Amino acid sequence: MAKITYIENNGKSHSVDVADGLTVMEGAVQNNIPGIDADCGGGMACATCHVYVKDEWFDKINKKSEGEDDMIDQAYEPKKNSRLSCQILVSPEIDGLEVHLPVKQV
Amino acid sequence: MIKTDALIIGAGPTGLFTAHQLKLIGLDCEIVDNLDKIGGQCIELYPDKPIYDIPAIPECTGEELTNNLLEQLKPFNIKFHLGERVDELKKDNEKWKVKTSKGTEFETPNVIIAGGVGSFEPRKFPSKECEQFENKTILYSIKDKKIFDGKTVSIFGGGDSALDWALELSKTSKVNLIHRRDEFRAAQATVDKVKELSNAGKINLITNSQLKTVSGNGKLEEIEIENDNKETKKLKTDFALGFFGLIMQLGPIANWGLNLNKKTVEVDTEKFETNQKGIYAVGDICNYPGKLRLILSGFHEGALAARACFKLARPNEKYRFEFTTSSKTIKNRLGVKSD
Repeated sequence: MAKITYIENNGKSHSVDVADGLTVMEGAVQNNIPGIDADCGGGMACATCHVYVKDEWFDKINKKSEGEDDMIDQAYEPKKNSRLSCQILVSPEIDGLEVHLPVKQV
Repeated sequence: MIKTDALIIGAGPTGLFTAHQLKLIGLDCEIVDNLDKIGGQCIELYPDKPIYDIPAIPECTGEELTNNLLEQLKPFNIKFHLGERVDELKKDNEKWKVKTSKGTEFETPNVIIAGGVGSFEPRKFPSKECEQFENKTILYSIKDKKIFDGKTVSIFGGGDSALDWALELSKTSKVNLIHRRDEFRAAQATVDKVKELSNAGKINLITNSQLKTVSGNGKLEEIEIENDNKETKKLKTDFALGFFGLIMQLGPIANWGLNLNKKTVEVDTEKFETNQKGIYAVGDICNYPGKLRLILSGFHEGALAARACFKLARPNEKYRFEFTTSSKTIKNRLGVKSD
């Protein structure tokens, strides 16, 4: 279990407990957090679960999957610290993770 | 006006297998898809990626799956309407009147929405200033490359579309190619060629940069790009082209009076019918308790929706369940010999 905080672009913050083994995307979808669309359902085929991860967390979470950057190319306003939240695995090590959501997903 | 027993919206795997099921039980159908090719997400998003959970097929790619489904449909003459989006759906007595973006009209008692996650649309530049130039000097697809002759064209993106067009247009235009990182996802041979032309000064390749804003009086004149270090640079340009892939939009489906849940359509699990009689939703776009977004679920949903169509298409006949292994009628439809 890890507490994950999702911060919307307008600054509104949502903290939820997400079970180990889920992804940060699933944590958002299951808790009805706005701003994560996840159109493809976690198949790394759409870039609509795009989040920004601050530097201090970026190296602690699991590394990017093969092909993830190819999809991030297609995200809305990608940055250096962009990730697809469907590729970030939840484990006790990432308890306290904060992710920032983009202005929109598409 | 085309009259058919059932109209399928979406030519992905679910739409294709649903067509097969309709034809097996003796109903006509036609298929409309907004993409210009058959296969839906399987072809558009992951043609080369292997799929491992199609029953009895240990491994196949999205492209192979699509080809196999088309092979299975071969005995039937299915009419596809590609590159058309269904825009209007209206009830007229007991029938549905359907109109596409190209003006094709259908009259049918049954509409099966097998629309995946909606229709694919090009992903656009984030900058709001772009809107005024869109479809004129800011484009997301190319219909006539002659308009770029002798002009300066700024191409954004790192995939095959962006790089292929950069190569092609560099023959007759001044090309800036801008990408947000220095790796490209296009085919290696294309990437090599672009780098060669860049070294020869024939393509102005700018990496680790993205579009910040655009300006111009009536037509696009200048773009401003920003690199990872927040340094900006202005470039004179006549056209800006964005190749950022496609996004899925629910589109006009949202206006048809259906019960929606986020981007999905609520259905029952007997007929996969929506809250509107004669309109069904199958595959990724439908939603019910326990819904799994698997291709195999789409096949099951399509098979049941097809049987539900029978009642409205043949109100005076009774549907009789038959197996393909033993039914003479079905074998005739398939064009295979009966024992």
